[in-house]
Amino acid sequence: MSILVDKSTKLLVQGITGREGLFHTARMIEHGTSVVAGVTPQKGGEWVMGGKVPVFDTVKSAVEATGSNTSVIFVPSRFAADAILEAADAGIALIVCITEGIPVQDMMKVRRYLDQMGVRLVGPNCPGLLSPGTAKVGIIPGDIAIAGNIGVVSKSGTLTYEVLHALKQNEMGVSTCVGIGGDPINGTSFVDTLELFEADPHTEKIVLIGEIGGKDEELAAAYIRDHMTKQVVAFIAGKTAPPGKRMGHAGAIIEGGEGTAEDKIKALAAAGVMTADQPEEIPGLLQ
Amino acid sequence: MKLHEYQSKQLFAEHGIPIPHGQMTMNASEAKSIAEELGGRVVVKAQVLVGGRGKAGGIRVVNTPDKAEEAATQILGMKIKDLPVRKLLIDEAVDIKTEIYLGITNDRTRRCPVMIASAEGGVEIEEVAKTNPDKIVRVWIDPLLGLRDYQARYLAACTEMPREHWREFMSITKGLFQTFIQTDATLAEINPLVITGDKGLMALDGKIVLDDNGLFRHPELAEMRDLDEEAAEEREARKYGLSYVKLGGEIGCMVNGAGLAMATMDVIHLYGGSPANFLDIGGGASAEKVAAAIQIIIRDPNVKAVLFNIFGGITRGDEVARGILAALEKTPTKLPMVVRLVGTNAEEGRHLLAKADMETAVSLADAAQKAIAAAEAVEES
Repeated sequence: MSILVDKSTKLLVQGITGREGLFHTARMIEHGTSVVAGVTPQKGGEWVMGGKVPVFDTVKSAVEATGSNTSVIFVPSRFAADAILEAADAGIALIVCITEGIPVQDMMKVRRYLDQMGVRLVGPNCPGLLSPGTAKVGIIPGDIAIAGNIGVVSKSGTLTYEVLHALKQNEMGVSTCVGIGGDPINGTSFVDTLELFEADPHTEKIVLIGEIGGKDEELAAAYIRDHMTKQVVAFIAGKTAPPGKRMGHAGAIIEGGEGTAEDKIKALAAAGVMTADQPEEIPGLLQ
Repeated sequence: MKLHEYQSKQLFAEHGIPIPHGQMTMNASEAKSIAEELGGRVVVKAQVLVGGRGKAGGIRVVNTPDKAEEAATQILGMKIKDLPVRKLLIDEAVDIKTEIYLGITNDRTRRCPVMIASAEGGVEIEEVAKTNPDKIVRVWIDPLLGLRDYQARYLAACTEMPREHWREFMSITKGLFQTFIQTDATLAEINPLVITGDKGLMALDGKIVLDDNGLFRHPELAEMRDLDEEAAEEREARKYGLSYVKLGGEIGCMVNGAGLAMATMDVIHLYGGSPANFLDIGGGASAEKVAAAIQIIIRDPNVKAVLFNIFGGITRGDEVARGILAALEKTPTKLPMVVRLVGTNAEEGRHLLAKADMETAVSLADAAQKAIAAAEAVEES
């Protein structure tokens, strides 16, 4: 019923003893996710979640003891690049980094290293993954979506919640929601996620939520035109954003005339993708 | 964060790139004495963080210290693209034979730095890219390997660099790459890099943009931020960890999340209104942060109505409501306000706000239309 996360996910939480780590670990467990371990350096040996989840000093020891296959990262930005590399070196196959504010040069090195190792990263600066009713890795509120056959992929956090909320109000369910994050250099792209949705038998239609900056939406449009059989609809944020100004996300900036919402909507339209004028119109486009 | 020319060139010099002798000053009489020390013939250059200084008359070559003072006085009285000139760089004038462009930035699609060179120096590279794209050469740099010698040689060959200058050019490309890496820059640009008549290669003008996310590693660079060059509201917002961009319309917006904040602006526009600002209060914002955000919004004289769009997740609706009420108690305002709260603790938040005289909305579209109507009513009254 999903991509990337499901009942086989054995999750490890890096930064589990921090305020965010503890709060969201409890929410992930409530949603049925199997959280098998946590990592916080120098807190190995402790237990959290009422004595149900063991804490380790290193990712390697956590993986050896619990067989964890997925990691979610809540550590502060200055330690986050290191946390991603530690997870990759310990044999974690899927790393989801929630942390915002990682320097772009660190991310370029990390991404190159992960590519060489064949490890998948989602994020950073993202809300993570939600397969409603099955598993949740990250911070997307579990109760704003119901299970179903629509795949959602987005650069944003709360804007994604807005779309999930609109889908739920129209009784439309979601297979998996993937937050790829708003940084200029990230792990999983729109194209990577579309490829997974296209191959997933439980996903029938896809919602793509983009924003100004970069060319990821244009690349997605080309991929949809050449490779997708499933319907994709879109919303692109930032039509009214001025050029040269960073709109909150590190990646959301129109530079040298590149990355405008207009160009993205045009490219998507040329690939047969309808773009909603406002998030609340998306359910209508899917019918 | 953008650095001034004089700051950028100083950083270049620290990484072995030759720059002209010169000094920054904020007054005209000092400009004269600097010109005297530099031998009389100097360039007086406005230091503002926008392009087009030359065209606006903010760069002047003069032959004597007296003329330098005169030019400095004039330029210090200027505004370039609305920015008042407060600082000048006085550089020795050099004998220019050839102008080259050399820059480095990040290629988002290839996920690595790209070094760019062009024999057409001295004009904006975006201009060259449009009019003469064949004159631009690029080398992509592996983030794990760094810039290699053969790549620097390739740039030298493609920009028709005379062979006697290749060694120097390669050393400059390495210095530029080191500056870029060691300052966590997203752009480092020498334009023009000149071949002089007598002093070899020299970086005549420079520009560096730093990655805000990398500043924690460079407290000394963070201090270089020119607070005069920022809108007061943007400075205030940063202090509270808010992300704010002034836009000039009349509907003030406060939203949690960057994507939703942009979408809110777009929907206001869709229904015929114009957003006054982009404002993201971030995740898990406290009542104090919300109060600071409101103060920034209502201080903008263009604002005729305020729209709050909060989708609770980590951010709690009751906490936001408390912040709104606290801000309004401290700074009462007659501006109409429209609130849309959804998600975590939204019910509690709405209950708190019901006591204040605030209009609530059920959807983003509804909120935008109500805010626009309220702003129009203010204009008519």
